[in-house]
Amino acid sequence: MSTRRTFAKWLVALGVLHGIVVCAGFFAPYDPVEQDRKSPYLPPTRLHLVDANGHIHVRPFVYSVRLREGSFDQYEQDTTEPHSVKFFLNGARYGLLGFLPCRMHFFGAEDTRIYLFGTDAYGRDQFSRFLFGGQVSLLAGLLGAGLTLLFGLCIGAVAGYYGGWRDSVLMRFAELFLALPWLYLLFALRAFLPLAVGPLEAFFLIIAVIGAVGWARPARLVRGVVLSAKERDFVRAARGFGASNGYLLRRHILPETSSVLLTQAAILIPQYVLAEMTLSFLGLGVPEPAPSWGNLLSSLQQYSVLVSYWWMYLPALIMVPFFLGYLGLASSLQERGEAYKIEMSSLGSLT
Amino acid sequence: MMRYLLRRLGHALLLLVGVSVLTFLFTALAPGTYFDEMRLNPQIAPETVAALRAQYGLDKPLPLRYLSWLSSLLHGEMGFSFAYNSSVAPLLLMRARNTLLLTITATLLAWAIALPLGVWSADRLGRLPDRLLSWGTAALLVIPDLALALALLVLAVRSGWFPTGGMASVGFEALSPFNKLCDLALHMILPVMALVLSTLPLLVRHVRAAVADVLNAPFLLAALGHGIPKRTLLYRYALPAAANPLISLFGFSIGVLLSGSLLIEVVMSWPGLGPLLLEAILSRDLYVVIGGILFSTFFLVGGNLLADLLLYLADPRIRTESSAR
Repeated sequence: MSTRRTFAKWLVALGVLHGIVVCAGFFAPYDPVEQDRKSPYLPPTRLHLVDANGHIHVRPFVYSVRLREGSFDQYEQDTTEPHSVKFFLNGARYGLLGFLPCRMHFFGAEDTRIYLFGTDAYGRDQFSRFLFGGQVSLLAGLLGAGLTLLFGLCIGAVAGYYGGWRDSVLMRFAELFLALPWLYLLFALRAFLPLAVGPLEAFFLIIAVIGAVGWARPARLVRGVVLSAKERDFVRAARGFGASNGYLLRRHILPETSSVLLTQAAILIPQYVLAEMTLSFLGLGVPEPAPSWGNLLSSLQQYSVLVSYWWMYLPALIMVPFFLGYLGLASSLQERGEAYKIEMSSLGSLT
Repeated sequence: MMRYLLRRLGHALLLLVGVSVLTFLFTALAPGTYFDEMRLNPQIAPETVAALRAQYGLDKPLPLRYLSWLSSLLHGEMGFSFAYNSSVAPLLLMRARNTLLLTITATLLAWAIALPLGVWSADRLGRLPDRLLSWGTAALLVIPDLALALALLVLAVRSGWFPTGGMASVGFEALSPFNKLCDLALHMILPVMALVLSTLPLLVRHVRAAVADVLNAPFLLAALGHGIPKRTLLYRYALPAAANPLISLFGFSIGVLLSGSLLIEVVMSWPGLGPLLLEAILSRDLYVVIGGILFSTFFLVGGNLLADLLLYLADPRIRTESSAR
């Protein structure tokens, strides 16, 4: 019972995090590709409660910031006029959930701009880029994992159910894929696909590549489950009554694999988000100006950025809760599986 | 023993051949070659490009290319790098040596830390130190490798304690052998630390689970009853009994570390296979890519072979099973 509750807890936490990313347009104050050439590498905007005259404000406020004379990345605050942080105000146009035209943003300020995570070399808001980049990275992870599980399910089911030469051929093939270190495999697949492509094509390319890499492990697990499931008494009975292969697979055998698939999904999704990040970080993934968690960090490959602009590292820290959520989900699922296994074995010892 | 080893060796060789065929099949799907950019250059005649393609055999059908690559492999060349204008094998060998240096050091270090830590934690299962360690490994597990490597780099830059890139300082050649070793070690600290930290949580968790599994076994209770000291009990009796899954994990950990090393080498500009491979992918230097992938597979297969061998030595059941066949 308690494992079910922790599972629900993690699921809700992940739901909230993903909800924020899905509604990125609303929570992000600005357009992710909008450039503000007058403020490159602007440090995160400070939120104040006490102004220069010592008055305490109930509503947090910010000061407008401008480039110091004769420098290109030093800024000074204009403390004469506080701009209070406004919620639910109108700003840049965006499509909520991708299609609902909308102008309302969760927060912002009039007459000045709030950069929660600072800006990058082109003066783009890092916070907005992080949220929109999350859409790309998380969706890539989700779809990639879905693709992998689909492959794994089909191949594992065929290998386990039909057995014989199909089984040995498919499992040898799986061994081949397991023999390669996965990042090298990812590179290999990526290497032989076109390099210069548009963001959308690149996105689908990445999903295809990531999805094709990992099918071997889920396929093996599914095969194992199918092997044991097809010898269960009720399956044999159904076969005895003349059930067809398709019916048996659909009705009795594949449902048995659902818990394995669910656990695998919780393990694979964060792994694939990381894979997308790695590819984009190295310049093999989603290209600029479209944001992704990987290419958000790729500017850190430059020594000067690493040394001088610490806030460029913030996205790496803020994405940790997402991975934490998936880890919690996976381990609660595994515990549940464990409990299930123990239950089954105790039943087995009774009969 | 010999038969077991030979069977595993044959298996490994088959895997390598399979991977090489697979990569060649992928190359057939690849749009564009190294010479495509030349074709865009109006100063180079199309005939020159065609001649170059012919010279490197890129216009031949796939099976023929594979066969000629195989023969060049037997000559110790592994094809030809267009970008470096030399045969691939010596190019890769040097880089592979650096990657191996990093990976092997990291593997040994990670296991050397993970084994005592996991056993220690399993011995205190559910108590405060164990819980703290679980939290620690979970924290390490959720930090992306990339973020970890970048954080270490930031640390190095800010503190100035470690060199932040490359494998050797300026003037490395002039140093005495001992100083050379020190310099190398200093450069290795950061990448090795990143690799160890990224694999450690996985290893510690598995060691803990495996040892905790056997700690309740009756034979250990009996040993405890005989007054055998705790340390001997844990390391002499419990650990060998828990060794089987861990040895398999050892082979697996090499693969994880190889993948991790690829990324970390690029981030920390370590002159290993990683940067070379990335460069080769971006410039479509076909045979370097194939060679790099094959090298990594070779390492992984080698590691798994080693794990199989260790398993054979550690587990009498496998010994009798294989000699009975």
